[in-house]
Amino acid sequence: MGIIGDVIAWLTDPAHWTGPSGIPTRVAEHLAISLAALVIASLIALPIGLYVGHTRRGGQSAVNVANLARAIPSLALIGIAVPITVLVDPQVGFKVLPTLIAMIVLGIPPILINTYTGITEVDRDLTEAANGMGLTSRQVLTGVELPLAASVIMAGIGSAAVQIIATATLGAIFGFGGLGSYLVQGIAQNDDAMLFSGVVLVAALAVGAEAAFGFLGRALRPHEVDTATPALLEPSQPEGTPAVG
Amino acid sequence: MIDWGWVVDHLDDLAGRTIQHLGFAVAALAIGFAIAFALSLWSLRQRRVYAPIIGFTGILYTIPSLALFAAMVPITGLSVLTAIIPLVLYTLLILVRNIVAGFDAVPADVEEAANGMGYTRRARLRAVELPLALPLIVAGVRVASVSTIGLVTITGALGDRFGGLGFFIFEGYRRSFPTEILFGAIPAMVLAVAVDLALVAVQGRLTPWTRAEVQPGMSSLDPVTADDVAPKAA
Repeated sequence: MGIIGDVIAWLTDPAHWTGPSGIPTRVAEHLAISLAALVIASLIALPIGLYVGHTRRGGQSAVNVANLARAIPSLALIGIAVPITVLVDPQVGFKVLPTLIAMIVLGIPPILINTYTGITEVDRDLTEAANGMGLTSRQVLTGVELPLAASVIMAGIGSAAVQIIATATLGAIFGFGGLGSYLVQGIAQNDDAMLFSGVVLVAALAVGAEAAFGFLGRALRPHEVDTATPALLEPSQPEGTPAVG
Repeated sequence: MIDWGWVVDHLDDLAGRTIQHLGFAVAALAIGFAIAFALSLWSLRQRRVYAPIIGFTGILYTIPSLALFAAMVPITGLSVLTAIIPLVLYTLLILVRNIVAGFDAVPADVEEAANGMGYTRRARLRAVELPLALPLIVAGVRVASVSTIGLVTITGALGDRFGGLGFFIFEGYRRSFPTEILFGAIPAMVLAVAVDLALVAVQGRLTPWTRAEVQPGMSSLDPVTADDVAPKAA
């Protein structure tokens, strides 16, 4: 009970809710860098995934490269980014940039793989029917494939978001604030209340992000058609009403 | 830009840290596999425990690893357990999912044929179901291994006695010494990718009937599906 009480006391202490190392600032830092990484990763991965999915050209190689990239440890990515960013800017190079670059690189594979898989899983009969109706290739993509794949794509973005939020935590070690700061300082200063409060906040943010993207993904899922009772057999108009067209 | 003299002087350290890295990873995977196998057999016998197990291990998997490592410090101090316990917990989601899916993929008529031939439950599990479940189990071990190798680097945040190759990344950063950072980061990356590729080869060996599908340069035997669990990044 002791430590739980300490954590509640720490989290509800007004002093921890203000200033540059206060909870709102740390949450904002964490969310801002995560969102930036997620947006940039999406801007890179979505067009590639849509292109290779839609044209079915080079899809397997793109997925294989993305799959192999998933094997690279994020800390190694940060480490490899440091010497490069130091060349660009010795000041910032040792601070926020390496973590940001690693977060972007990590975010790309899940979005790319899910976009490609989502688009290629769309029933071929549907896209051929759309082609036959005279839709252009772009219209097929935006009007048929994208809406049907949206839920799978969103799951990929959600998976990227969770990985990115976790990696942002490491940023605290590399000179960037965020919620990881409470963990690093908590260990360094033997402050268990701060440490466990940090654990609670970091875990809540990650689990919350996963739940939010899961909800979005379900909301985007295409409506199931009840194939047991084909719509054609049901009267589509009240009797007596003249059919239009 | 790279201080090659320093690199040559520290090759012994590199070997030592690589062994430490693999030691942590193998210990966590072995313990994780034993726990996951038991949980999976339990789930296969009592279906209703599967959803809670996946739900709980799924939430654990979502928690950033630095938080779980840090949370262990006040409990287990700076002992090996502080690194091993979270590493083990992070293997469970992937392993349980894949072991259960592997046994589920065994066709019911194969099980019935085995029963008809007089196999006991235990013998059937070992001689009939396990070989057929292997492709998915090994696929799970592969993702769990890659994930664990990555996470071992992060244990370096706990102090110099931890981290495997990650030690060089943390120390190099503290000393603002890019050579040492790369000295840890590049071997860590090579190790993860090499283990990934090696386990693909193992997958092919254990499941010769799928070998025809393996194409040169493919990093995966099975097509990646959208709901695969990705290796844990951090």
